[in-house]
Amino acid sequence: MANVTLRNVRKTYTGGFEAIKGVNVDVADGQFCVLVGPSGCGKSTLLRMVAGLETVTGGEIDIGGRVVNQIEPADRDIAMVFQNYALYPHMSVYNNMAYGLRNRGMAEAEIKTRVEEAARVLELSAMLERKPRQLSGGQRQRVAMGRAIVRQPKVFLFDEPLSNLDAKLRISMRVEIRKLQRRLNVTSIYVTHDQLEAMTLADILVVMNGGQVEQVGNPLAIYEKPATTFVASFIGAPPMNLMSTRPDEIKSQLGGSATDAGIVGIRPEDFAITDQTPAGGVALPLTVEAIERVGAETFVYGSRQHEDQRVAATPGELPPGEIIVRIPGTEAPAIGAKIRVAAVRQKLHLFSGDGRTRIEA
Amino acid sequence: MVEDEGIRRYVAHFILWIGIAIVAFPVYIAIVASTQDNALIANGQMSLLPGGHFFEVYYQTIFVGTSGSTREPVGNMMLNSLVMALAIAIGKIAISIISAYAIVYFRFPFRMSIFWIIFITLMLPVEVRIYPTYKIVADLHMLDSYAGLALPLIASATATLLFRQFFMTVPDELLEASRIDGAGPLRFFWDTLLPLSRTNMAALFVILFILGWNQYLWPLLITTRDDMQTIQVGIRKMITTTDALTEWPIVMATAVLAMLPPVFVVVAMQKLFVRGLVETEK
Amino acid sequence: MQKQAIFQSKLLPYALVAPQLAIVLIFFYWPALQAVIQSFLLQDAFGLSTTFVWFDNYIELFRDPAYFEAIVRTFFFSFAIAISSLSFALLLAVMADKPLRGSMLYRTLLIWPYAVAPPVVGVLWIFMLHPSLGVVSRYLRAAGVDWNPLLDGNQAAALIILAAAWKQISYNFLFFLAGLQAIPRSVFEAAAIDGARPMRRFWTVTFPLLSPTIFFLLVVNIVYAFFDTFGIIDTMTRGGPGTSTVTLVYKVYSDGLLGGNLGSSAAQSVILMIMVIVLTGIQFRFVERKVTY
Repeated sequence: MANVTLRNVRKTYTGGFEAIKGVNVDVADGQFCVLVGPSGCGKSTLLRMVAGLETVTGGEIDIGGRVVNQIEPADRDIAMVFQNYALYPHMSVYNNMAYGLRNRGMAEAEIKTRVEEAARVLELSAMLERKPRQLSGGQRQRVAMGRAIVRQPKVFLFDEPLSNLDAKLRISMRVEIRKLQRRLNVTSIYVTHDQLEAMTLADILVVMNGGQVEQVGNPLAIYEKPATTFVASFIGAPPMNLMSTRPDEIKSQLGGSATDAGIVGIRPEDFAITDQTPAGGVALPLTVEAIERVGAETFVYGSRQHEDQRVAATPGELPPGEIIVRIPGTEAPAIGAKIRVAAVRQKLHLFSGDGRTRIEA
Repeated sequence: MVEDEGIRRYVAHFILWIGIAIVAFPVYIAIVASTQDNALIANGQMSLLPGGHFFEVYYQTIFVGTSGSTREPVGNMMLNSLVMALAIAIGKIAISIISAYAIVYFRFPFRMSIFWIIFITLMLPVEVRIYPTYKIVADLHMLDSYAGLALPLIASATATLLFRQFFMTVPDELLEASRIDGAGPLRFFWDTLLPLSRTNMAALFVILFILGWNQYLWPLLITTRDDMQTIQVGIRKMITTTDALTEWPIVMATAVLAMLPPVFVVVAMQKLFVRGLVETEK
Repeated sequence: MQKQAIFQSKLLPYALVAPQLAIVLIFFYWPALQAVIQSFLLQDAFGLSTTFVWFDNYIELFRDPAYFEAIVRTFFFSFAIAISSLSFALLLAVMADKPLRGSMLYRTLLIWPYAVAPPVVGVLWIFMLHPSLGVVSRYLRAAGVDWNPLLDGNQAAALIILAAAWKQISYNFLFFLAGLQAIPRSVFEAAAIDGARPMRRFWTVTFPLLSPTIFFLLVVNIVYAFFDTFGIIDTMTRGGPGTSTVTLVYKVYSDGLLGGNLGSSAAQSVILMIMVIVLTGIQFRFVERKVTY
């Protein structure tokens, strides 16, 4: 049982590249912390620093009240589940789980008890003598989990453990991991690039970008009040519509109190197709360009007249000027139709012009 | 595959059998000759069918040797060859796998220089440094010894390269998982890397055993005593320049015995052999 | 070249490379260096004194018509062995690549000569074609050929080329077969649909796609003919009759052993070393090309 505290943690590679630019995170005992961000944001590096697989070039990593910067991974009392599982291909399932315990000189009887208990929990009891190549992807994943559990470590570390599974298995394993973690009540740090996984698993969510923490907090709180335009567009799918307030059309609608705002964001689900203009809210005329009906909901892709009105917060997203609206699955406007959508004042997210600061209206 | 119609298939079978006949004929002649009487052969009257002297010729070859030229039992030569071949094959694998391990899994000063020093030995086969190497082995008092036969040959750039290449394909996460599981460098090598290298080691062993068994120039240089001869050197000494004295059935029996172990290895371990051959040439 | 995940240790890596390094320095670099030094020295007849003679050993070598002949002979042997062995092996491989019944058996029956040592190859062939008692010689003489490789230099050379090419068939066959099997079947099918007859398919599709393998094998065969023919020559002809089967490697060996002319032998070694470096260089340039194919 331990809390994990990162104090101004930095990582600079010998070439001068700064992968982690000073991160502060505090994970309380038994909490499930998820590090989420696009690839290359430094989340895996940070996790590997906690594991001791990457050296720390600045700041402190503290596990259970002990600074572990200089301590070997084996002595940090952590266990890790790797993206490709890293099972020892030549060892049976049993030996894969037992290996770390044997290296620590544990008695064979105790090892047997622990491995069999873990196998029972993970429903691997029938496969203990098999080699990893004889297992399915999901079973291998569970062996990797088992290898972590038998150690009874202070901290579990997960490096994108579900990304090699198919979509269906990913969802059920996600639920399994969360149940298991609740039951064992072990502090966990979990890395993923999938915002849905992050939202569903986390007690505490850390959104990272470019080696820095963009926002830390409860997932729903982050969803409701993203601190930057990056967080706003990264958390939630489809992403939040971000528009420049520059055109008079929007600015005049917002009214006096929002004069500092350079960007206004509205989530697709916060739009409604309506002729009304809510006071202090935003209303936009759109031309429907594409419709996606997925059953429970319908996504409407509409274009505005002005090409420069959407801010591309993260590269490679929607083309500028395109707005996504989410409406109930029962409705669907025709392609080419002129519609008018509006969002109420409470649902607007206002940001400074550079997108780095949230402005509370 | 584009189907070949009947006649073409027969042509293919026919050509292949001709190839096999060409490849096998000299060996067939050797086997036949090793069962016949020397006088008949020396007269140029050798039959193309096996004779009746199989047991006596092979008995004399293995346990007695020729009565004229060398007088060394071929059984003993085979033992020398076997010791040398095993020492070369195992030695090369052992020292190459540990140097490849150091070069791939550690960072240390002169790492690349050491790699190149090993690599460049590819360009220094024994043929280009015959006498100076002989002199060193003589100075180290290793003439006529197993150490002298094997030791100078057990460096291997090829095997080092092969293991290096294989280690590069082993996922980094295995090492990381081992570190978290509390395994140090030697334990990781022994518990994980070595078992994973098994197939590569076996394939390499097959090739290196054959190469070791078939060594000729080096043993020819450094063995002077008859009882340290390898079979390849021994067979050459059995052919005397005055043809009349050459005991051909024994020479041919020796040839057959010299071929037997490596040919058996190739046929019995064909898969490993092919793999080893292709891998070492990459 | 280097892993991202590595171990930290100051002494262990040196301990691990030490055995190989020791062997390489003692038995490879030191002798090679000695050869280079010796090639600039001249020893008197009694081995009592040595003098530094600059390039005299080399100059003398190149003035020696016998050495020049050995160079030409070595290259001639190399190409003759390579081309005869390669073409026969390619024919067999193309046949074995067809979906025939028993193709695995054919492979087994064709690859085993790889394991036969060069001196044994020499013994087998000299016995078969021995002028007085050889089984094949009988038929040659019956056919009116005046066959005596122990006296006729050209016949001796032919014998060595034959024996050396015979041994190399299996190696070439194996690599050709691997090369053929690496060509996607659909390419042949496309060529067939494009109306190419079997022979035309071979020359316009198979052969070009196989060219990296052919080039690779050509280099390997030449290297083989340079070095591994030593055992064949030593058991069959010992360089004779006269010097008609003396190759560069054989000359290094016999000049040092019989003549005791160590300076000249060392100079020959150095020249051979340069040739090996060039050949290896070609081989490695080619390995890069093989990757792009």
